[in-house]
Amino acid sequence: MSEALSAGPPAVSTVPARARSRAPRGLFAAAAFSALLVLLPIAFTFWRAASFGVGEAVDLIWRPLVGELLVNTVLITVATTLVCAVLGTAAAWFVERTHLPGRRVWAVLSAAPLAMPAFISSYAWVSLSQDLQDFNGALLVLSCAYFPLVYLPVAAALRGMDPALEESARALGCNRWSSFIRVVLPQLRPALLGGMLLVALGVLSEFGAFTLLRFHTFTTQIYAEFRTSFDGGGASLLACLLIVICLIVLAFEFRVRGAARYERVDRGTRRAVLRYELGGWRWVVVAGFALLTIVTLGVPLGMIGYWLTQPGAAAVTPADVSPELLFNATISSLGFGLAAALLTTLLVVPLAFLLVRYPTRFATLFERTVFLAQGVPGLVIALAIVSLAVHALQPLYQSATLLVVAYAMLFMPIALVSVRAAFMQAQPRLEETARALGLSWSQTLFRVMLPLAGPGLGAAAAMVFISVVTELNATLLLSPLDTQTLATQVWADTSTMAFAAAAPYAALLTGISLFASGLLFALLGRSALLGERG
Amino acid sequence: MAYSSFGTRLRILSGAAALTLTAFAAMPSAAHADSITLYNAQHEQVVNLLAKDFEKQSGTSVRIRNGEGPAMAAQIVAEGAATPADVYFTENSPELMLLEEKGLLNKVDSATLATVPTRFSSPTGSWVAVTARENVLAYNTTKLQPSQLPQSLFDLAKPEWKGKVGIAPSDGDFLPLVSAVLALKGEAQTVQWLKGLKANAQIFDDDEGVVAAVNRGAVATGLINNYYWARLHAEIGDGKTRSAIYHFGNGDAGALVNVSGAAVLKSAHNPAGGQKFLAYLVSDRAQQLMANSHVMFEYPLHAGVAPDPILKPLADLTPPSLTIEQLGDDSQAGKLLRQAGLL
Repeated sequence: MSEALSAGPPAVSTVPARARSRAPRGLFAAAAFSALLVLLPIAFTFWRAASFGVGEAVDLIWRPLVGELLVNTVLITVATTLVCAVLGTAAAWFVERTHLPGRRVWAVLSAAPLAMPAFISSYAWVSLSQDLQDFNGALLVLSCAYFPLVYLPVAAALRGMDPALEESARALGCNRWSSFIRVVLPQLRPALLGGMLLVALGVLSEFGAFTLLRFHTFTTQIYAEFRTSFDGGGASLLACLLIVICLIVLAFEFRVRGAARYERVDRGTRRAVLRYELGGWRWVVVAGFALLTIVTLGVPLGMIGYWLTQPGAAAVTPADVSPELLFNATISSLGFGLAAALLTTLLVVPLAFLLVRYPTRFATLFERTVFLAQGVPGLVIALAIVSLAVHALQPLYQSATLLVVAYAMLFMPIALVSVRAAFMQAQPRLEETARALGLSWSQTLFRVMLPLAGPGLGAAAAMVFISVVTELNATLLLSPLDTQTLATQVWADTSTMAFAAAAPYAALLTGISLFASGLLFALLGRSALLGERG
Repeated sequence: MAYSSFGTRLRILSGAAALTLTAFAAMPSAAHADSITLYNAQHEQVVNLLAKDFEKQSGTSVRIRNGEGPAMAAQIVAEGAATPADVYFTENSPELMLLEEKGLLNKVDSATLATVPTRFSSPTGSWVAVTARENVLAYNTTKLQPSQLPQSLFDLAKPEWKGKVGIAPSDGDFLPLVSAVLALKGEAQTVQWLKGLKANAQIFDDDEGVVAAVNRGAVATGLINNYYWARLHAEIGDGKTRSAIYHFGNGDAGALVNVSGAAVLKSAHNPAGGQKFLAYLVSDRAQQLMANSHVMFEYPLHAGVAPDPILKPLADLTPPSLTIEQLGDDSQAGKLLRQAGLL
């Protein structure tokens, strides 16, 4: 009770939380802290860029190379987004709307490439053929990596669609194709656009794949600046340009997401969706799915398997693959993953709770701020943190703590979505009852809300864990002295073309990612992926 | 009951999280009693080999941070007195010259300096030369005959070489080449040369990428350090090697010899251990190890230690006449590369 008294004005402390207009100060402060944490590296990047004189800044930005990078970056982003849109929509339509043989298997296999980091599949493709590089290689690898981002929302939208509209269109004389174009596609727009914008953000932030495939974009150039001048030079200016591009995409994404809420069709009882017979075409479609699976999963896994059986050449192998090194790298990856998953989830709990229970303008502002991290490439955040640490936070410099905090900054948006959804599902009535029975808000949080939101918290932690284990940028720039993770080992070996040496690390990394994703899917994702209950 | 036990579990979990974080935070400070921290921009496999041997010999353990030379030098400058580094070991002298000018280096023990020819080491004795490597032109033997190769580095900027040159301008090894051209020819000619290269060249991230592309025929020639060709050759063997190296002659800028060296930092926590490591690097034992291990294709500078037989003898090279001081600290090279659109 004393806690409740100190947390809010005494006169209203016994009123159920929902009725109060002001959030407890501690909660508000914790939520604000999370938002500020995300804002810190972004603000620092702009501040560094602002320290250049106007003339100097113009010299650094208005040079031929920046123009080329802009063209490359925009081209690869647009091309990948379009390929993913077509691939993802087609896959989703066949899985959801036709009698495709083995559709459950294809549904899982169409989502699975999300667990395969783009830099790992780049490693596989590059080691298969050095000719697969530049634009075409990048387009292939990134399309494979990101098309599930379109597939998943579009498949969900197709599942949720009311078949009545489509039937009416068919009855009024539209054929299959024109009813798809005129009726289905417009209804898919929010899901499709949302997915495409996520793809665009992913491509804009991609770094590892571009470097391994030797395709030059803003991120690879920012890293080149880092390699030639550490935190000086024009990296922060280029970073600001990239942030601006990303934020434009993010702004579109916000709009599409906002619009999606209004356009949702009524969710009352309805008949099962229409499924088309494919007839003789079905084996062609099955062959298409098989090919897609071979390209997205078969080749990367196959190449890792192949290199596992090859001896490494001593001259190009940074370190002999000893069981000890392998073990240490695995432990580092898992340790960072777990620590970051816990910290990130803890950091978003207050904000998610604030958003659900005290949805004021400030709460929304904090939420938007956290989502900014989604639009800022990991490389940029990592670079800002290195600079910040070396100039202002010496005790934390090169420490494992700082790396874990960096992960939290990067992955708070992922965790927030899941934790907020979990709190939304927890009935406020139970919370009110707990408050009425005399529990303080923090007791209510721990004894009522968190247990109810448990699965959502677990999902958030698991998603952060997977993201951290497969993360490259921040790990590369911020890993403490003498610490290697699976990702940095794959990176070091692949950039010296020691493909055999990289294989055990790549295999373990992919294994952990696929296993954790599979677990997450088995526990929570089944209904999302296959439209089944439980 | 179930709820409160979940709450307890949650508190235990958050406690565990805090513990994990603290344990991680404690890691970097848990240094060994006798250890040195090495900022390494030399090749990892070589330095891992040397560090292990040094640990066995001296009982001093070596903690290594790997990076690209120019970035690590700039990092040491940014870190200032708080740098965790005791020793900096890099592939190219200009980065060491930069730290020397900034007054961040301790003098090297004179016995260590005396082990290698003085013209390679720091003029003031602030760092010691360890090995040397040569800039060369790698060419694809199915695409070009030796007679078709250019007389000079500057020919590569001419229109007839359009699309036929591979370079890695953001590799630490490219900056000294630019500095050498600048020292020999002045700014105007250097920028002109770089702009010609920009028009002609395929850009790669590092020398490894350049030499691999030359070997598979994706580009006819590539500017690299000889090290990378020898390494690729060792990896793939004679059967798959479709490339060779060409030495620019007559003191051409393209035949620049880079010096790899090491220094103890003024702010070192273990200066004695650092000096021991430097002495080890130029010792007969370490230099033999480098020359004979088939992982290091540079010229050992310790008198009497022969380089890997695949290398042309050091005495037969004809590098441009530039002292270490004239080559400088690379401070202009980045600016010129930007001006030419290569960075």
